[in-house]
Amino acid sequence: MTQISMIVNGDKVTDDVADQLLLVEFLRNNLGLTGTHVGCDTSQCGACVVHVDGQLVKSCAMFAVEAADAQVATIEGQAAPDGTLNAIQQAFQTHHGLQCGFCTPGMVMAAAALLHEVPKPTESQIRTYLEGNFCRCTGYQNIVKAVFAASGQDVNLIAGQ
Amino acid sequence: MYPFEIKKPLSVDDAVAALGDEEAQPLAGGQTLIPTLKARLAMPQVLVSLSRIAELQEIEVANGQLLVGAGVTHADLSKQTGSYPALADLAAHIGDPAVRNRGTVGGSIANNDPSACYPAAVLASGATIVTNLRRIAADDYFCGMFETALGQGELITGLRFPVPLAAHYEKFVQPASRFALVGVFVARFAQDVRVAVTGASEEGVFRWREAEAALADAFSPDALAGLTVSAAGMIDDMHASPAYRAGLVATLTKRAVIAAG
Repeated sequence: MTQISMIVNGDKVTDDVADQLLLVEFLRNNLGLTGTHVGCDTSQCGACVVHVDGQLVKSCAMFAVEAADAQVATIEGQAAPDGTLNAIQQAFQTHHGLQCGFCTPGMVMAAAALLHEVPKPTESQIRTYLEGNFCRCTGYQNIVKAVFAASGQDVNLIAGQ
Repeated sequence: MYPFEIKKPLSVDDAVAALGDEEAQPLAGGQTLIPTLKARLAMPQVLVSLSRIAELQEIEVANGQLLVGAGVTHADLSKQTGSYPALADLAAHIGDPAVRNRGTVGGSIANNDPSACYPAAVLASGATIVTNLRRIAADDYFCGMFETALGQGELITGLRFPVPLAAHYEKFVQPASRFALVGVFVARFAQDVRVAVTGASEEGVFRWREAEAALADAFSPDALAGLTVSAAGMIDDMHASPAYRAGLVATLTKRAVIAAG
C-alpha cells in the first residue's frame, strides 16, 4: 500500500491505496465519486475521462499513485455548489445532448478541455476533439450542438440545422 | 488488475537500477501497457514509472536536429510545429486527445507496434535512438513486429531527429482504433530521400527503397508512376487485405510527396 494525497474538485484527499489501483477505481470506490463512468475499461470509449493537472486523461488508463499530488477535476466539480449547472452542462440540457446519459460525464469533461484550449471551436474541431468519446445513442449531432452553444456560438451555423 | 508494485524513481540512473530486477518493466504513459496488463498479456511484478524523471521531459533544437526526451508526450511534441512540422503533425493525430496527453514518444518506440505512427517518422528521419547505454541508428533499431534492438534493462532516454528540408506523414486511419491502417512518412534531405511505411508489413516498419531512389532523382509524385510494392508479407486482417495495404502504400506515398511539396 502507498499513501497518496491529491486535490479532487478543490478538496484535499488522502488515502492508502494498492499500487495497481486505477485512478477511476480510486475516484469511484474510495471517494464515492461515481459520476466518472467505466464504459469499456479498455481505453476506447472515453466515459472515464477526467482532468489531471488541467489535462484530459482516461482515468481507467492511469494508476492512482501516478496522480499523487495532482489537481484532479471530475464531473462532480463542474456545477456550482448550489447545483447550478455550468455553461457546458446547461448547453447539454438545453440542446438535449444526451439520451441514456452514460457517456455524458466524459463528454462534458472533454468539452471543457476543448473549450479551454480553443474557446470558439468550429464544428469540425469539436467532432475531431470528441473522437475519443463514444456515444451509442445520439449520433453526436446534439452533442456537437451543445458544445458549439456552450462556446457562445449560434447553433444555426452548424451543418444540418 | 492483479497486484504489483510501482516504483517512482526521479532519475534515469535510479530507473535503470530498478529495471535490473528481472520482473520489472518500465511504465511510460501506460496507454498501451495498462490495457495490456488488464488483459494479462503481460504480468510484470514491478513497474518502474518514468513519469517523474525530469531529464526525460526535455525538448531541444540544436545543429539542425530536434532532440526529444523519451518521456515527452504526443501532446507536447505536437506543439513543435516550428522545429519539425511534419513530426508535430504526426503527433497531433495519434489516438485521441486523452491518449496524447499521457502517451509518450519513448513508450511508443520501445513498444514498436507494427501500426504505430512514430516508427515511420524515426526511420524516415534517420533518427538516432539514445539509451542509457548507447546510440542506435534507426536502421538498426526496428527488428520486426514488437521487436527492437533494446536489451534487457536498457532504457530509451531520447531521440535525435535530423530535421529534413521537407517532410510529410500521410496516414490512412483505421477508424475504430485510430492506429494507422497504413502510414507513410516521406522525408527529403539535401543528399537523399527516405520513405518509411508503417501498418503494412508483418515485419513492422520498413523503408521503401525503390520509392526513395525514384524520389531522389525527382521529388515529385510523377516519379512514383507505376511503382508498386508486393503484397507478399503484408498484414492480412479483418480491416484490410494484403493487396489493399500494398495499394495504400503506393497511394499514400504519392499523397505524402504532394503534401511535403
